[in-house]
Amino acid sequence: MTDLRGNIAIVGTAESDLGEVAPEMSPVDLMAQGTVRALDDCGLSLKDVDGLFVAASQTRMAAMSLAEYLGIQPSYFDSTQIGGSSFMAHLTHAQAAIAAGLCETVVVAYGSTQRTIGRATASAREPNPYEDPYKPMMPPSAYAMAASRHMHEFGTTREQLAQVAVSAREWAKLNPKSFMTDDLTIDDVLNARMVSHPFTVRDCCLVTDGGGAIVLTTPERAKDLKRKPAYVLGTGETITHAMISQMPDLTTSGAATSGPIAYKRAGVKPADIDVLALYDAFTINVLLFLEDLGFCKKGEAGSFVEGGRIGPGGELAVNTSGGGLSYCHPGMYGLLVLIEAARQIQGVCGDRQQDGVELTLAHGNGGVLSSQCTVILGSEATL
Amino acid sequence: MSEAAEKSPLAIFREHCDKGELAYQTGPDGTAIYYPRVMAPGTGSTDLQWKVSKGLGTVYATTTLFPRGADPYDVSLIDLDEGYRMMSRVEGIDPLEVKIGMRVKVRMVPATDKEASYPVFDPAEG
Repeated sequence: MTDLRGNIAIVGTAESDLGEVAPEMSPVDLMAQGTVRALDDCGLSLKDVDGLFVAASQTRMAAMSLAEYLGIQPSYFDSTQIGGSSFMAHLTHAQAAIAAGLCETVVVAYGSTQRTIGRATASAREPNPYEDPYKPMMPPSAYAMAASRHMHEFGTTREQLAQVAVSAREWAKLNPKSFMTDDLTIDDVLNARMVSHPFTVRDCCLVTDGGGAIVLTTPERAKDLKRKPAYVLGTGETITHAMISQMPDLTTSGAATSGPIAYKRAGVKPADIDVLALYDAFTINVLLFLEDLGFCKKGEAGSFVEGGRIGPGGELAVNTSGGGLSYCHPGMYGLLVLIEAARQIQGVCGDRQQDGVELTLAHGNGGVLSSQCTVILGSEATL
Repeated sequence: MSEAAEKSPLAIFREHCDKGELAYQTGPDGTAIYYPRVMAPGTGSTDLQWKVSKGLGTVYATTTLFPRGADPYDVSLIDLDEGYRMMSRVEGIDPLEVKIGMRVKVRMVPATDKEASYPVFDPAEG
């Protein structure tokens, strides 16, 4: 198999408008905003883009819509849609496409106006005769059941879940783009409005508008651009199920498969990673991914995160942006997970920038713990 | 040439529900299959048998939903004794009292003008 290690780099990143955007902005407006900002970030232009990767819940044929809007005819395009981890999958597919010579400079873009138009409209649920009669609130109820199982098997507590939200909030205070920056305590999380037990609304990601884009290109081209490249060292992707009732084991996610594939391709191990960006749709996600990606043993993530260990000044920097829990969550948050992981390598994270970052891990999650995609990024020194 | 299906897996499942039966399928090796399909997952075998479950199972995972302005209710994943897992609702007790490991027994909610018959569970005696 072709060695794809470091064959492409993230060279430009940008968020679109975030939070609550102007009335009647469309998802494609936001994608285009992200695209021109990300190109400007690295010093490339639309004329350079010959690969376009797009996924969104509000735009079924997303690559088509964005290509038209941008006024380009890319030679290669991909609208793989596996939920919030789609953009990590796009990176794997871009690696293959660029290695095959099908394109050279790729934009990966996303946009959502789910806060403005309402979540039910932005991601309408497909009819499902085996779930609909029970009126699960999806996705929270699926993740809540995973949490119930984690609590049952390992003694994980609601306080430990809440700690994940509290650490995310502490990071969010260091990010000027964060949606929520008020003080948040473990008691605040526990006493917030119950949504789907054991989750209160503060165990659940934000519902915001937003989007953005990243620009990827070859190492040769990356060298001459404005930012330090974040090289794609290794990726891994897997799908374990679509419906939560079909997930093989609710306490072990597909990250236990995608992580080791990514580590092997990158030639690194968990202890080498400087900063983690984990898709925190719900507090339980971070516990599952810390375990499944090898940062602690199965069942021990609850005690692992206690005492602010994953917050600012803690032993392990996790979700330095503030995450989907406090920074931004437009519905398919994976693109923003990748952006933070790339920016920590580029050294452009301001108050939350960690020192000496050479390796970061971005982990994407889609559906109801259904698709899991891991991406390991490295600085030039790691090539 | 393969013959066209006369009924969908869902239609057959619902016919059983209307008779008060919780149906599932088995593959050639006896593996239980749920939700009903036209082929066995993993092998592709179309040699499937329909079976009627005894309707006894154990709560595998559970959550209580708190809709605004309405009563809380349960959603659980149930492991049926025949070896498959399904989403359902445990009724008849406070939803927060539904516990993992609890034994439950199926009951069919009758069809209405708006909704087909579907299976729910009650705590099992003993």
